[in-house]
Amino acid sequence: MPISGGCTRMSLLEVDRINTLYGDSHVLFDLSLRVKQGEVVALLGRNGAGKTTTLRSIMGVLAPRSGQIRFDGKSIGGLPPSAIAGMGVQLVPEERAIFGGLTVEENLRVAALTAPNAWPFDRIYQVFPRLKERRKSAGRTLSGGEQQMLAIARALIRDARIILLDEPFEGLAPLIVRDLVEVARNLAAEGRTMIVVEQNVTAALSFANRVYGLNNGHVVFEGTPADLSANPGLMRDFLGVGV
Amino acid sequence: MPSWPALVSQAFNGLALGALLALVSSGLTIILGTLGVLNFAHGALFAVGAYVAFVILQYTSSFVLALLGCCGVMLLLGILLERVIIRLFYDRPDEDQILVTYGIGIVLVECLRAAFGGNAQRVPVPSWGRGATQLGFLIYPTYRLQLIAIIAMLLLGLYLVLYRTSVGLVVRAGIENPAMVGILGINVRRAFLLVFAVGVVAVGLAGMLYAPVVAVTPDMGANFMAQSFVVIVLGGLGSFPGAVVGGLIAGEIISLTSAFNSSYSEVMLYALMALLLVLRPQGLFGSEGRV
Repeated sequence: MPISGGCTRMSLLEVDRINTLYGDSHVLFDLSLRVKQGEVVALLGRNGAGKTTTLRSIMGVLAPRSGQIRFDGKSIGGLPPSAIAGMGVQLVPEERAIFGGLTVEENLRVAALTAPNAWPFDRIYQVFPRLKERRKSAGRTLSGGEQQMLAIARALIRDARIILLDEPFEGLAPLIVRDLVEVARNLAAEGRTMIVVEQNVTAALSFANRVYGLNNGHVVFEGTPADLSANPGLMRDFLGVGV
Repeated sequence: MPSWPALVSQAFNGLALGALLALVSSGLTIILGTLGVLNFAHGALFAVGAYVAFVILQYTSSFVLALLGCCGVMLLLGILLERVIIRLFYDRPDEDQILVTYGIGIVLVECLRAAFGGNAQRVPVPSWGRGATQLGFLIYPTYRLQLIAIIAMLLLGLYLVLYRTSVGLVVRAGIENPAMVGILGINVRRAFLLVFAVGVVAVGLAGMLYAPVVAVTPDMGANFMAQSFVVIVLGGLGSFPGAVVGGLIAGEIISLTSAFNSSYSEVMLYALMALLLVLRPQGLFGSEGRV
């Protein structure tokens, strides 16, 4: 599958042939992808395809062995996560990583601390009214859905320029997934740039503009959600999903 | 069976010992929780604090000056140790961290021995703390009461920093998940220096405040360190409230058991720890799955 060259200037994020290893095991092989300003990109693939590793490489949690990562034209490969976050990249990790001993509001305060254009709490509470009700509750007392809202809210309060969502709907009840998809759609409609990794392909495709298919650490597909739907064989063989 | 006045007196001793253990352990626990380093030099730093008081009080009779001097010396020592040695060990395995802090402890203790000899030194009780206070039902040494009050104030100060300031917020978040603090844009390593230095000041002040009550020797911290390990297990690793409550419980257990049979006092402490590890492995204030 060809990787579109396109106009480099348009890309907010460019991942250029990175190779990432976990210890001795090679997970990403010359992986490249581009995300334009205002675009929502879905990364799909089976378990172990390298989706989470891709997000962690972009955030700087893992350092790619080779290759380039550029954000807004500047090379960010090899920088620590705190520096990459400072430029406006924000990972919402799969395990959510809520600070359980801190209240909802304290979790948001930690996130906002180093953000130059931090949102006021009220703006967060407009997106997630439930968090306002629970603002004095300790993180560990939140339900799974509330924790996921808080995890996304921590990225929003920093006014992140690109949000990396890792399995945001995993393990949540269908009604909560519906609400979160609605939030994600609204964010996409407002022009917020995002990369979403998700097993729930239907949910992810409902707000993604473009899709990368990953298999064994390689990009095996690039196209629109419509291209993907038109190719059920590919979905089944490489992504292990049927739509 | 000891008499009631003797038991009440021991309960007060337990409070004083417990407050001291709380101060020592809170330093140990915030360093462990935030940096992930179990500081085996903690006992030696306790003794350093006591010797700093000993030296300053030889030249001046001002206890307040000794307190401030001790703060300054311990702060500098903490910064120096973190910048020169500890910092290089954050990404190393636990056993390397234990070995290097254990080594720092040995070096500090032997430096004290080389400078002051192995014999016990005496640090005078401050002039305003001499004598005994009539509590109505009990006559109790004044300095020990003041010790409890001073430590309570220090712990309150530590509480306010941890729970009412932005730095404290970062430290508490860092105790739970330092990687996520970094992902949220905060250079958590910068907070590590502060946490280590504060932990060292806390244990040094504990040593300094305890010095007038006991014989000051280079090894005086060893027993305290062992007990404070038990305290942070009781309270929950990395938990500041756990260190305070655990310290008070440990102090009372040691003191009250001594009223009956002093040879069992430590046994009871470890028995309690074993029991707690069976019933509530995460400790009183610890959350499951931490550390």
